[in-house]
Amino acid sequence: MSARENIFRKLRAASTTPLPAPDSAITAHYASLPRTAKADLAREFAEKITAWHAEVHAVPRSAWVAKLKEVVAAKGIATLLYAPTTAHGKVLEGAGVQGLKPYDKPIDGWKQELFENVDAAITGTRGAIAETGTMIVWPDADEPRLMSLVPPIHIALVDADTVVPTLYDAITQQGWSRGLPTNALLITGPSKTADIQQTLAYGAHGPKELVVLLLTGEDAQ
Amino acid sequence: MSTQQTTHHIQFVPGSEFKRRAAGIVADPFLKKSFRGAMDFLMMKRAAQFPDPELLERQRDLAEHIRRYSLSKLPQLLEQLESNLKKNGVQVHWAETPDEANAIILDICRRHDTKLMVKGKSMVSEEVELNHAMDAAGIEALESDMGEYIVQLAGEKPSHIIMPAIHKTKQQIAELFAEKVPGVSYTEDVDALIQIGRDVLRKKFMEAEVGLSGVNFAVAETGTLCLVENEGNGRMCTTVPDVHIAITGIEKVVEKLEHVVPLYGLLTRSATGQAITTYFNVITGPRKDGEKDGPKEMHLVLVDNGRTQAFADEQLRQTLQCIRCGACMNHCPVYTRIGGHAYGTTYPGPIGKIVSPHMMGLGATHVLPGASTLCGACGEVCPVKIPIPDLLIRLREEATHEAKPGHAPMFGQGAGKTSFASFAFKGFAFLYSRPALYRLFTWAATRFRFLTPANQAGWTKTRTPLTPAKKSLRDLLAERGKRG
Repeated sequence: MSARENIFRKLRAASTTPLPAPDSAITAHYASLPRTAKADLAREFAEKITAWHAEVHAVPRSAWVAKLKEVVAAKGIATLLYAPTTAHGKVLEGAGVQGLKPYDKPIDGWKQELFENVDAAITGTRGAIAETGTMIVWPDADEPRLMSLVPPIHIALVDADTVVPTLYDAITQQGWSRGLPTNALLITGPSKTADIQQTLAYGAHGPKELVVLLLTGEDAQ
Repeated sequence: MSTQQTTHHIQFVPGSEFKRRAAGIVADPFLKKSFRGAMDFLMMKRAAQFPDPELLERQRDLAEHIRRYSLSKLPQLLEQLESNLKKNGVQVHWAETPDEANAIILDICRRHDTKLMVKGKSMVSEEVELNHAMDAAGIEALESDMGEYIVQLAGEKPSHIIMPAIHKTKQQIAELFAEKVPGVSYTEDVDALIQIGRDVLRKKFMEAEVGLSGVNFAVAETGTLCLVENEGNGRMCTTVPDVHIAITGIEKVVEKLEHVVPLYGLLTRSATGQAITTYFNVITGPRKDGEKDGPKEMHLVLVDNGRTQAFADEQLRQTLQCIRCGACMNHCPVYTRIGGHAYGTTYPGPIGKIVSPHMMGLGATHVLPGASTLCGACGEVCPVKIPIPDLLIRLREEATHEAKPGHAPMFGQGAGKTSFASFAFKGFAFLYSRPALYRLFTWAATRFRFLTPANQAGWTKTRTPLTPAKKSLRDLLAERGKRG
């Protein structure tokens, strides 16, 4: 008999008592918690992710490219990776941002270049979570997984209107279970470790810096 | 730059070895102090995450409900998981033993002419001693979690499931790096030390043909693997190499993604006192057509290694509720004094004491359930409410008795039985069930108490000798009656 058959035979031989599904208990639990008012969600997200060592710039939706240019100049970013077929990627083309480099071909031919010669990457997000200061990053064929991981600086666009109170809200409201990408991500700050004597250090393996451009209405800066 | 280091095979010698190692650590004031400090820090950070005890209780009830529900339909969920993973393009493998798991992984590596495998943190890979098997086959298996990397470079084993290098000081790590990493000079600066590790490992992520990871939660309904981490090495291992192999125990499956949410919230808060980790990596398949990165091939190895034995019994099944947060270790008065290495098992501390007997048998581990004060702290902090003290008592019982009628004997059933203990308990029962004989015994014991030996084997090593009282309780009561 195969290992699989043996394992299932042993599991099925055990007597188990059916239990009620926890779904309604989970829903009731999250409904019982105090909720942040809708108007305060973006502010709470910004505060929380700042506490996780991210740099947050609230900026009107029409002005994020100008803010990006400031960030690029201030940090001395020579090469900025972007996804040319995304909506924000199209905005960037021809906007005069220094050092733009498109992620337009499979990684297999230029892994080393990505690891060694790219200073920063800019990506979109699918939303954010106020409770923990977390971004929802949803890589796909247009905006690949490694953009938010390999370059030392990750710049992310978060629309203030997409901030939800909790992870549970995000998963249920956005219907994650019906269409997960090959790799969905929650990102809460830059990469970090406390593995040496519980001393916190940033930039363990992933980005050392996380810059969030929080896109708001024209007057909400 | 080569940093390969042969890892040590676990050599567990029961009883006397555990006691010898524990005694050695207790006698080392430096190690004791650093361990204790680290554990106090983790306890404090956890407590700060749970200011409302009533809310914590509700969260624990919910998490327990989710884990018990998942286990109640474990075979169905595993079938569903397998079928959905296959639909997503993930190859699923089953292993009953560590050897089978290693053979599966080795086979995949050989098909891809693997020279280097980069590893994200995986306790199950430690459990099956994958590094040892890879090493024997001439494949470098390199740990990339900073703590694991340090421990591997030192040729040691993790001493904590969440913070593997918690027993090492920054001075020791500075010396280790200066000695083992080419071109590095001594520095105690933690940022600089992390940067050294980062530089070495980034090159390895690029080179490696295979990336290996563990799994924190497997979701049956969607065929998804969830990984929890702060460093990003887990993402590197699951994204950069062409092949990703995940390895996990069969108990890690839950039905829905929604069921993961309360468990994840409790895992990070209980483990390191963080409300959330930097990364929550949700993987639902290898690179799809048209995608520009991600592994081209993905595998999941589901390991039994004694878990079906725990599953067979309703009480012992609760062991499998564990989400591997390590809070029971951080709060254990024994673990905080002796550290992880004394146990000689992959999983140390209270959870190690209840899970290892299923993996290694009671023959090798029967002393461990006994090394507990039964103070109850582990059960109290457990986010999924595993009654660890009850399970310790149960395993003590199984270690010293034959299997009860109708129960299959456990691996190593009765291994802790000694003829002296059986004799002593038989004598005790004989004496205490015969009143006349018992009276004669207490009469003699109180009169001849001066004959009690000063050296009473293990007891008097650290305690004063046991001596019968001058008068028995019966005599005292009789005198009191006379006085009226």
